[in-house]
Amino acid sequence: MSTAVNESAPGGAARQAAGLPRLLPAAPEDLHAHLARYGPTPYRGRTNLLIDDIETSGLTGRGGAAFPVYRKLAVVARAGVRQGRKVVVANGAESEPASRKDELLLGLAPNLVLDGLQLAAEAVGATEAHLYLHYAPGPQILRALAERSSRGLDRLAVTITQAPPRFLAGQEAAVVNRLGGGPALPTFQPPRVSERGLGGAPTLVQNVETLAHLALIARYGPRWFRAVGTSDEPGSMLTTIYRPDAKTHVREAAIGTPLEALLGAGADVQAWLVGGYHGTWLPMPEAAGITLDNASLRRFGAAAGAGVLAALPSDRCGLTEAARVTGYLAAESAGQCGPCLNGLPRIAAALAELAGAGHRRRTLADLERWSGLVKGRGACNHPDGTVRFVRSALTVFAPEIKRHARGQCSATDRRPFLPLPDGIPTREEDWT
Amino acid sequence: MAETLRVNPIACTGHGVCAELLPELVALDEWGYPIVDPRPVPPALDRDARRAVAACPTLALRLLRSEQPARSG
Repeated sequence: MSTAVNESAPGGAARQAAGLPRLLPAAPEDLHAHLARYGPTPYRGRTNLLIDDIETSGLTGRGGAAFPVYRKLAVVARAGVRQGRKVVVANGAESEPASRKDELLLGLAPNLVLDGLQLAAEAVGATEAHLYLHYAPGPQILRALAERSSRGLDRLAVTITQAPPRFLAGQEAAVVNRLGGGPALPTFQPPRVSERGLGGAPTLVQNVETLAHLALIARYGPRWFRAVGTSDEPGSMLTTIYRPDAKTHVREAAIGTPLEALLGAGADVQAWLVGGYHGTWLPMPEAAGITLDNASLRRFGAAAGAGVLAALPSDRCGLTEAARVTGYLAAESAGQCGPCLNGLPRIAAALAELAGAGHRRRTLADLERWSGLVKGRGACNHPDGTVRFVRSALTVFAPEIKRHARGQCSATDRRPFLPLPDGIPTREEDWT
Repeated sequence: MAETLRVNPIACTGHGVCAELLPELVALDEWGYPIVDPRPVPPALDRDARRAVAACPTLALRLLRSEQPARSG
């Protein structure tokens, strides 16, 4: 997988709102450059102190769920140390195959993420810290850890664990299972991992971008953080952008930015995909006025997720794209829950049938029924996210479904547009 | 205290005993997995519900106090 271009860098092609980018420097920053820019890690001296600032800042998780960060911090801070342990995890698994932002962030600003990890650990009173990645750690990360250790900056040693290349490997309970030496599979909750996680110890799992924001809030305060974004959803977020007229790139955008400014809405764009493969297809030009915040996206049944944004070119077949991705999602079911195990492959096969030439009369009704049967019936949100993706595709690409029923297809370019991993692993050992 | 039925979907292997013992609150989907009524168990069905919970071969069916939060991803 190629590293995405950083379009947020100062002097980059993209025009940015005042004060951005916050997270992404133009070139990798080692500890020396990091300290010159930010100074040392601003420890508060005891637990809990940072949590009020995080609450005031309005920071939400940037891994996809947009859960208020202070609430998880508070739960883990309140919990007692169990079996001598309390755990924090920087989650860089980035298991969305279309997302590139976490890997780019860790390559460019590893010290910001590691500051955030140590500060979160201090805030909740953690006894151990982990970094969870879907690849072997790159030289920037290893160097940052070594430099921090020799300078005595890190109060907790950081253990790196590699995630398997599976879509669900970054799910919170899956992370905890993998760190415990088991397969990276979701579990049935409650209890949440914040109450009983790794080895039964209270465990805070935060996305690496979330921790980088936290490290900046610890330095500059909640008012600074709220200077961009909307009042309900403050701050900025990293987005990974796919559009017809540009290379795949990562861009830090203020929450509330018009999506048109990020994705384009010209005649060369037929639909947007917002929120990645658990996300939502939005029709063009109907959705063209929407902005990058969940209040606006919710009106279209969408959410920003982990910031994967795609503008599907007009010369591609959205139905074919949706069928391809759904096939991948079905193969990525952990296979633990009956409705997901049985429903997703059938949904994927039905969508593939629609994307072929001609389909059986009952296929659309089957799809709708199966979608209803899997939604809300998994231990994790994989069936729900898949159904959101599929249902929005059926709506937005309804005209294309009719064309395919007549044996036609409007695409003139048949190359795949949305990225999928090469070769989908299906063996059980691939979860470790 | 009102209680609701809840299935642990990982533990459930679709034996279907719950639907046999408690058809008022449990239906089976087309693959044999239970679809439980999300509403609180009415007092009249309390005993049957407890019987269904006890009879589940994989201990996947539980009675939970109604306020308990739903699963979140």
